[in-house]
Amino acid sequence: MTRYVMVADLRRCVGCQTCTAACKEGNGTPPGVQWRRVLDLETGTYPNVNRVFVPVGCQHCANPPCMEVCPSTATGQRADGIVTIDYELCIGCSYCAMACPYDARSMVDHAEYAFGEQPTAVEATRIGRERIGVATKCTFCAGRIDAGTARGLVPGQDPEATPLCVNSCISGALRFGDIEDKDGPIATLLAENQWFRMHESEGTEPGFYYIWDKGTL
Amino acid sequence: MSQTVTSRRQRHWDLRAAGNFIGGGTGSGLIVVAAIAAVAGEPFRLPLALGLGFVAAGLSLVWLEIGKPWRAFNVFFHPRTSWMTREGIVATVLIPLGAAAVAADSVPAAVLAALLAAGFLFCQARILRAARGIPAWRQGELMPLILATGLAEGSGVFLLAGAHAVPWLTLTLFALLAREGAWLAYRAGLAGTPAAARALGVFATPPARLARAAQLAGLAAVALALGFALLAAPGTPELPATLLAWAGGVLAALSGWGVKALLITRAAFIRAVVLPVVPTRGSGGRGSGGSHARAV
Ligand code: SF4
Ligand code: SF4
Repeated sequence: MTRYVMVADLRRCVGCQTCTAACKEGNGTPPGVQWRRVLDLETGTYPNVNRVFVPVGCQHCANPPCMEVCPSTATGQRADGIVTIDYELCIGCSYCAMACPYDARSMVDHAEYAFGEQPTAVEATRIGRERIGVATKCTFCAGRIDAGTARGLVPGQDPEATPLCVNSCISGALRFGDIEDKDGPIATLLAENQWFRMHESEGTEPGFYYIWDKGTL
Repeated sequence: MSQTVTSRRQRHWDLRAAGNFIGGGTGSGLIVVAAIAAVAGEPFRLPLALGLGFVAAGLSLVWLEIGKPWRAFNVFFHPRTSWMTREGIVATVLIPLGAAAVAADSVPAAVLAALLAAGFLFCQARILRAARGIPAWRQGELMPLILATGLAEGSGVFLLAGAHAVPWLTLTLFALLAREGAWLAYRAGLAGTPAAARALGVFATPPARLARAAQLAGLAAVALALGFALLAAPGTPELPATLLAWAGGVLAALSGWGVKALLITRAAFIRAVVLPVVPTRGSGGRGSGGSHARAV
């Protein structure tokens, strides 16, 4: 079985938001919608403060609460763990956005453009009318994965089969791959480092791992 | 370890969604009280019809909110796990059955409608409980609060519909006391849940204090009306008790609506990102990151 996951090495992320830009450009998300965000957090109490950059987005949970609540069955889950939204079934009730503990879902109810009333040339080619009035979120670039694997490429290793944010990351902080490949780079990376997942107590089994080796508790 | 707050208020459900919980709560409560009236041999058709109207109005409001209203039928596709689907299914049986009870003046149908109305309200409470992104709705004590609030609102509106004899005032007082207890338990639950701290702040704002004052004033008015009704000597004018009962009914309903509007639109903060640990940046050794690509 394949289970695609993402890994963010918090020691490496410098908060440059290149992944955010790559996702927006590649997926044509409208203004205000970011499927991949990088939070800039301050932790601790002065003078012992830390700054940490945390890439966030859909965690492609193994037990996704968004799917449980969705009344239309628009939210689904593939055998490889990727959580999907069928834009043709979705009624735009936003219940999934209330159920997601990771603030990963967005919805816009009318077309919006970055510069005024009309789309730019790039926006005109990217705008997805089917994504207006329905829930949207990070897809783990499922289209790239499917096209790549169909050609025998390996997601996470071959850029053409890898999510755009991971490809663009300047510091190698974002990694992607099949965690079930026991000798593969993702399983090895996680075996060699300390990691956590967000909101484990919710039982969502997120497919997003944060590496934090040699940090502070 | 403290960290900057990252929780955002949910941006998707506005007053239209709150209207569904307001109409659903008041309507369900009213239908239940109307059925009790039916069993007691009292007139019940007007409050039952009104209760159905509240439920239908709430559902219409939510229909106006969804992004694809012409696909609304898809709401029925997921009864296995979605409380929203279950709410929809119960409503599609409740409304025609309740309408039949009104049309045929049928007590058994009214009782069945009340059971469905109670189920409808239960679904609404579970809808909030299943919203795992919003700590203020996840709180276990919210379920009894939603149920008690529905009964309090419904019995309050029932008083307005003209029935303010001792049994109905007693029922309303019971519902208001139940809501009071549920509210205090909910507040205490929020106070003990760090993730819900911002919601607690919302319930300390002036609109929330106003709703709370209305809640207590409604309770006092209904208790006084009941006192008048019980203690007044024969021949005493009924007007003071009637006015108190109406005031209590209005306040019982309005205060519940206010709290629900705040709960859905203002106190609904999505869970913050929480870092259990903080990394030391730049400590990633060779081989722990690096180029992910076989070929670029
Ligand atoms: S992160 Fe949110 S949207 Fe993504 S699968 Fe989990 S619950 Fe669903
Ligand atoms: S907005 Fe769409 S995907 Fe989300 S719960 Fe509603 S129907 Fe399902």
